[in-house]
Amino acid sequence: MKKIIFNVIAFAFAAVSLSSCGYNSMVEKQEEVDEKWSQVQTQYQRRSDLIGNLVEVVKGYAKHENQTLVEVTAARARATQVTLDPDKLTPENIQKFQQAQDGLSASLGKLMLIHESYPELKANTNFLELQSEVAGTENRIGVARRNFNETVKEYNTYIRKFPNNLTASMFGFEKKAYFESQSGADKAPKIEF
Amino acid sequence: MTFHSIANKFLTLLFFCFAGTAAYADESKDFPEKSSVLVNDYAHFLKPEETNRLERKLVAYNDSTSTQIVIVTMTSIGEYAASDYAQQLGQRWGIGQKGKDNGLLILVVKEPHDFFIATGYGMEGNLPDGKLKRLFEEIVKPNFKQGNYYGGLDQVTDAIIQIMSGTYQEDHKGGKASGNKAIFIFIVLIILIAVFSSIAKRGGGNGGSSGGGGFLAGMLLGSLASGGFSSRGGYSGGSSSGGFGGFGGGSFGGGGAGGSW
Repeated sequence: MKKIIFNVIAFAFAAVSLSSCGYNSMVEKQEEVDEKWSQVQTQYQRRSDLIGNLVEVVKGYAKHENQTLVEVTAARARATQVTLDPDKLTPENIQKFQQAQDGLSASLGKLMLIHESYPELKANTNFLELQSEVAGTENRIGVARRNFNETVKEYNTYIRKFPNNLTASMFGFEKKAYFESQSGADKAPKIEF
Repeated sequence: MTFHSIANKFLTLLFFCFAGTAAYADESKDFPEKSSVLVNDYAHFLKPEETNRLERKLVAYNDSTSTQIVIVTMTSIGEYAASDYAQQLGQRWGIGQKGKDNGLLILVVKEPHDFFIATGYGMEGNLPDGKLKRLFEEIVKPNFKQGNYYGGLDQVTDAIIQIMSGTYQEDHKGGKASGNKAIFIFIVLIILIAVFSSIAKRGGGNGGSSGGGGFLAGMLLGSLASGGFSSRGGYSGGSSSGGFGGFGGGSFGGGGAGGSW
């Protein structure tokens, strides 16, 4: 009987001390970071899908722009290949991810210049709607990235505070990286139509 | 360590704490305070009666569908892009209902002429960016260019309502769900009161505790009454100042379209 009581007390003590050292909150905050990261990836994926559709529409009108179209398609394939698990959010990995996406942004910009020389393409409603969808997705990417950075900041601050840092190092909660604002990439790349 | 050096350190720390809060508060200065009306004509594009007419229409729409369409006109939004500003403002105010995210923010900027309709997450399906872009090009731009701001806003909100109609209709604000919840809370409280007073009676040996039970029951009843009153007060307060029950905490993910006019 005594043993049981002792066990219960020990368990209660462990539970209370673990939660007071922030273990549970760390798990919650980490989950939140993961979720925000998946939103970032979803929006990039959405942009990639839209670009695919856009290429199809442009193909019908601008047959002489083969090189640009091939370039966009290649950049899109490269960008789709680079995915990142939320538990590998190191600065290097995020930078790699961003580089692939920036490459796609650059060739997308070129694709957007094409339509100036094709009046029929410019008048195509399907094309116009896709254009706005792509522009809207750039906004969404910006928002998703901002939300991600905010949750990462919250998480990083939390695991570095005392005494949480002890719990964090004991259970392997590591600092996560931000989206850096290098080369003006923090702002959604502005695509003017 | 002398007392002075400790005091100095403490003061420096205090200074940085306050500096931190000041810097944090700065960003929110770029955005107007959470409004209690749906049509916010800060840049004076509209005549008072036009504002009222739009307000009545949007409040009625909010009442019947819980979808919140908000109009904000600004003289200037500084360095922000209209899309960015509209998204952040919609998020800050929490336009739309929490969970449904059925809010929509129409932003009109005076200098330089800019316009953006930002959609809450829940509106993106019915109002994709491409459709909104077309509404802007076909309705808003021509009207605004002629200086017909009311016409542009009136027609574009009509068009949005038409597009949305049928999809959210069964969704009455403050309807069955919250009514059921109120009844549930009421029943739980009655049971609690009964339990408390019976406990108080059983321990009736000393008069003090039975008096305490009565006091507790009274307190619970009191809080129940005041809770009921305050929730009703929220509604009537809203209707006197424009009729909608306040923003519901909806989220914006950056969707929408617009352009300069």
